Amino acid sequence: MALKVENKSIVVPGETLAEGMDFLPGEGAFREGEIVISSRLGLVNVDGRAIKIIPLAGTYLPKVGDRIICKVFDLTYSGWRVKTNTAYAAMLSMKEATSEYIEHGADLNKYFTIGEYIVAKIINVTGQNLIDISLKGPGLNKLKPGRIIEVDPCKVPRIIGKQGSMVSMVKNSTGCNIIVGQNGLIWLRGEPEDEMLAIECIKKIEKESHKQGLTEEIEKFLKDKTGGVIKKPPVMEEDEPRERREPRRDSRSPPYRGGPRRDSRSGPRNFNRDNRRQRR
Amino acid sequence: MNPIIQHVRDLIKQGKRLDARKMDEYRDLSVETGVVKTAEGSAHVKLGKTEVIIGIKLSVGAPYPDTPDEGALMVSAELMPMSSPKFESGPPSIKSIELARVIDRGIRESHAIDQKKLCITSREKVWMVSIDICTINADGNLFDAAGVAAIAALKDTKYPAFDGETVDYKEMTDKPLVIDKVPIPVTISKLNDQLIVDLADNEEAAEDGRVTATILEDGTICSIQKGGPIPFTSEELGKVIDLAIEKSKEIRAKL
Repeated sequence: MALKVENKSIVVPGETLAEGMDFLPGEGAFREGEIVISSRLGLVNVDGRAIKIIPLAGTYLPKVGDRIICKVFDLTYSGWRVKTNTAYAAMLSMKEATSEYIEHGADLNKYFTIGEYIVAKIINVTGQNLIDISLKGPGLNKLKPGRIIEVDPCKVPRIIGKQGSMVSMVKNSTGCNIIVGQNGLIWLRGEPEDEMLAIECIKKIEKESHKQGLTEEIEKFLKDKTGGVIKKPPVMEEDEPRERREPRRDSRSPPYRGGPRRDSRSGPRNFNRDNRRQRR
Repeated sequence: MNPIIQHVRDLIKQGKRLDARKMDEYRDLSVETGVVKTAEGSAHVKLGKTEVIIGIKLSVGAPYPDTPDEGALMVSAELMPMSSPKFESGPPSIKSIELARVIDRGIRESHAIDQKKLCITSREKVWMVSIDICTINADGNLFDAAGVAAIAALKDTKYPAFDGETVDYKEMTDKPLVIDKVPIPVTISKLNDQLIVDLADNEEAAEDGRVTATILEDGTICSIQKGGPIPFTSEELGKVIDLAIEKSKEIRAKL
């Protein structure tokens, strides 16, 4: 009737986490009869009655609502296909890409072309892992010139920090604009030296993500490097006015407000509160 | 446009580079010789994150009919798929053929090896020198890294034992391959009308054009290769040559 492992300890797949019905299996755990078993290698996290496993490493699994950075690699008749840093490509349909009217047979290269990167939100993931993404929402756009680095997607929550504390600390110390995608791709732009410091810092967070008190350590690391100077990153310019992104008030179709569709496939919202990632 | 390429071009316009280097600054160069035991001569060169290994093999064969008293020189390059996501296995790509040809021309036209000295018996037996370029990690500027590695490996080369009939590769002699001159290739790229040396991989993706000049000790140019879609003006070419001669001295000091 109790927990069989300590909170924050490392477990392997198949390890018994708890016995009895007092605990519920969360992400990375499952129930078999009376016992809760781990299905991943990672750290145990007991939150009330729920036990979840925070994986130490692994690939990105697409989730509805995640903001990801992806690369356009194909144009189709109805939209764009993008690489998402997972085994599955995602589809950006014309409807979700822009609120502008696109004429039949228009050259889609005008909007997005192969090789470009976009920040998008996942709006639907099917059972076959077909991913639909959308560009409707604040901060979702084509990426501006900058460099893109890759990190372990499991370390992304740590890089972002609570309420985005870690990433804003890196931003304000280095003066770089940073966009973190849940799929492990990070875009940044600043002066070359600052970018290199930001990358060094992100790699350090990635490497030491399991440590307690990492925020303080990173704070000290950045202070040593910059001498405690606060350097606010420049405000990102929008390349098109916001009003144009508003849905057209068209009598024929009601305006679509964006956000995940609540249809029968996606299930009720906030199904598992623990599954929701910390977001800026 | 790809944000990384655009970023590189924007920075170059402001006189900056992605890794905060100066326009005419090389990355750290290190040369190690004698790394491959089964080769007669070898070198491992690191240029920043770019890594190249070159092995030299000496074999005995019949000379070409038009040069009956000269040995043969062969250069081949393999861009290993493990060294970059851009490289695929299969038949040699245009990139690998160009790399091999630029290195070949640099060594051949500089007369670094006196091919007459490779002759054993005229019309019958000559030494054949094969230079094999193998990329370990491709982070840009393979030409310069491979060029330095090739000449370092040739300097390291010793003849295997030869009894007049067969070559015994298990037994090495103390007789080195005679290298008369040391050609150094320097690649200078044009990007947004700026001349830049030693491009990293992400900068190479944004470059407009490049010129590889192979330079000798006394500043003699023994070969030039132009690549990329954008032409160079004659003033630019003059600047390229001056810069290449200056940079070749810098590299030569590290060899």
